[in-house]
Amino acid sequence: MSVQPFQVSVPDSVLVDLRQRLARTRLPPAEEDAGWEAGTSPAFLRRLVQHWQTGFDWRAEEAAINRFSHFRASIRGLEIHFIHERGRGDAPLPLVLTHGYPDSFLRFTKLIPLLTDPAAYGGDAADSFDVVVPSLPGFGFSTHPGREGATFEVGDIWHELMTKELGYQRFGAHGGDWGSTVTEHLARSHGHSLVGAHHTDVPFWHTFQKPDDASPAEQAHFARTEKFMHEEGAYAMIQGTRPQTLAQGLMDSPAGLAAWLVEKFQTLSDCGGDVETRFTMDELLTNVMVYWASGTIGSSFRPYHDFTQAGAMRWIVEKAKEWIGASKVPTGFAVFPKDSSRTPREWAERFYNVQRFTEMPRGGHFAAFEEPQLLAEELRAFFRPLRPGAR
Amino acid sequence: MSSTNVTIAAGPRSQPEPFEIHVEAAVLSDLHVRLRETRWGDVADDDGWKLGTNPGYLRDLVTYWAHQYDWSVQEAALNRVPQFTAAVDRARLHFVHAKDGAPRLPLLLLHGWPDSFYRFHKVIPRLRETFEVVVPSLPGFGFTGPVRRSSPEQQNRQSAQLLWRLMTEVLGHRRFAVAGGDGGSALAQLLAIDHPESVVGIHLTDLGWHVANADRSKVSKVERKYLEAGEKRFMADGAYVMVQSTRPQSLAPALNDSPVALAAWIVDRFHSWSDAFEDAFPKDELLTNIMIYWVTQTIGPSMESYRAEVVSPSLSVADHVDVPVGLALFPNDIGGIPPRAFAERTLNVQRWTEMPRGGHFAAWEEPELYAGDVTSFFQAVGGSWGAI
Repeated sequence: MSVQPFQVSVPDSVLVDLRQRLARTRLPPAEEDAGWEAGTSPAFLRRLVQHWQTGFDWRAEEAAINRFSHFRASIRGLEIHFIHERGRGDAPLPLVLTHGYPDSFLRFTKLIPLLTDPAAYGGDAADSFDVVVPSLPGFGFSTHPGREGATFEVGDIWHELMTKELGYQRFGAHGGDWGSTVTEHLARSHGHSLVGAHHTDVPFWHTFQKPDDASPAEQAHFARTEKFMHEEGAYAMIQGTRPQTLAQGLMDSPAGLAAWLVEKFQTLSDCGGDVETRFTMDELLTNVMVYWASGTIGSSFRPYHDFTQAGAMRWIVEKAKEWIGASKVPTGFAVFPKDSSRTPREWAERFYNVQRFTEMPRGGHFAAFEEPQLLAEELRAFFRPLRPGAR
Repeated sequence: MSSTNVTIAAGPRSQPEPFEIHVEAAVLSDLHVRLRETRWGDVADDDGWKLGTNPGYLRDLVTYWAHQYDWSVQEAALNRVPQFTAAVDRARLHFVHAKDGAPRLPLLLLHGWPDSFYRFHKVIPRLRETFEVVVPSLPGFGFTGPVRRSSPEQQNRQSAQLLWRLMTEVLGHRRFAVAGGDGGSALAQLLAIDHPESVVGIHLTDLGWHVANADRSKVSKVERKYLEAGEKRFMADGAYVMVQSTRPQSLAPALNDSPVALAAWIVDRFHSWSDAFEDAFPKDELLTNIMIYWVTQTIGPSMESYRAEVVSPSLSVADHVDVPVGLALFPNDIGGIPPRAFAERTLNVQRWTEMPRGGHFAAWEEPELYAGDVTSFFQAVGGSWGAI
């Protein structure tokens, strides 16, 4: 047992240094009317950096973050940061929620209270969860081993966290983006411990296993994925192939880091083009701060490298091959219309024992943040029949 | 011909005005603060170049930049060649103009990305013995800087037109020679296609970015193998193109704000595309090229040609250059040496030299080989220019 209480506490020296960097920000000359088509809008970035300097209050955000119960656990030589919030109800179901890139554990902060205390938000206390939200290794306040292939161990680490460290025998899992991969890993490798697995997407790497008998909907899904990679996938390609070429610069420039990260919140959310309809500047900056303060932008690129380089193919071939065909673990999907993936049901059924598949009315890639109420209701409904003693 | 579809700006132009590079002390002291305050990231398991710019090399380079590199010496050296600016339409073009004694064939030397007019600094002394040498900072680059466009269409063709007007209307040449590589190869081809009456011939070190789109089903096995190798290479080392052509606005802020960001992004290319990187590019030379981007804040505008070619392409594989073309192919350039038959699909190849060594920045790495080939080619095809 290695769990220790943890608080997010960024040293003053980091904030002083950041203030100096922001004050000397040198934004590139840009056409005033340039929008988001070629990346983060220069006008928006200018306002964001301005707000970072004059309106944003990290200490207030930090205090709000610390209202959750944070811990760190030493697992396999890593320090894994996580939020652990107990549910209010007779029999809360343990549930691990896994984020992706370029978000962080913050992805779930709006969802957590809806899951731990449903009765306080118009739900039923019988639907409550014990919620665990870890930071992926190398993201935010979790460390990274600094070697290739670490991504392929996250499911095992989560299992250790939930069982050995936190003492849960059986639990549920939910995730999107990299969190979807981790959730699948848990279901495949530790199915006996898993009550159910819930995703917002089928991990993209399953498209490396294209079947000969793809349905029209699946073919359209592959075409969409390919179009996305072609038009918007440059970040994944550079992060996968030349991460160091970019990461050191983003370590050094807060405005540069913000520009690189914020683009995705505009393109992948259900914001109708105006990112501020979904995320306030404070919310965007707090997420950027998790990367900045922890200095983890470089390690956050590692999953892309793991998946594009030889190690991933080996992993997929050796490990995931045995995963083809539905896993036994009951699986649910909530597919949000503005997510980059939008998997069709039959594609999900090739890899999972799909018990629930819901096409959501609105929301995007960051569903837990954009539509916490909708996602909370989905999670309650999916796990309700899977709870111990349920019929 | 696609050139008829694009509005070619024909706005006013001015006479050349002498120009000297002079970077203000405030820019240099600000740079030194940034260099000294570099916020280093953790180094991952790889201390080589496999994951991108070598972190150890980058640290050495920044240390050298902060403590030993002397811009004033470099600036003085740059100013030893005569430079000018001239307004052409909405651009104010910066160019080196080295002209000695008797009239000689004018030679326009076109650099690419991520280099600058500095690409040619070692060959100017050699080439000016034979040519009247003109080396512009391309539109968007260095001391030319960003250029406001009259239309979003075929911006690289618009750039070629600006260069044509520089050579003809501003400098008064009816006929001239063009040589270049990388983006400069594409611009040379556009000049040859749009103004065969002006262009004596073009000398290139690569076939241009557009040939990667050649129809695989219509080429020989050898050519297909070359294209497939290029595609494989692109997947492994072409991400910078993807970023610059689709999301440059998400990248440019870091590179314009952080000298280490700029250096890492640029140096990776020099390392990938050269023979013996550290021998070929001493730190002073690499940094001077990087400084040209830093002090002019042109890394953002310099990437525009990538996106422009996606949004509204200027060159296609259906285009053919009819004026004589000389090719000097260097073995460590991107993708290696192409099959000659493949080059002949788009170019009227009159000279073909496979070089024993050298890479993408040939004029810089192998100035003797490069200058010799350019001179031999134009002596053959441009010999009678004086009678024109």
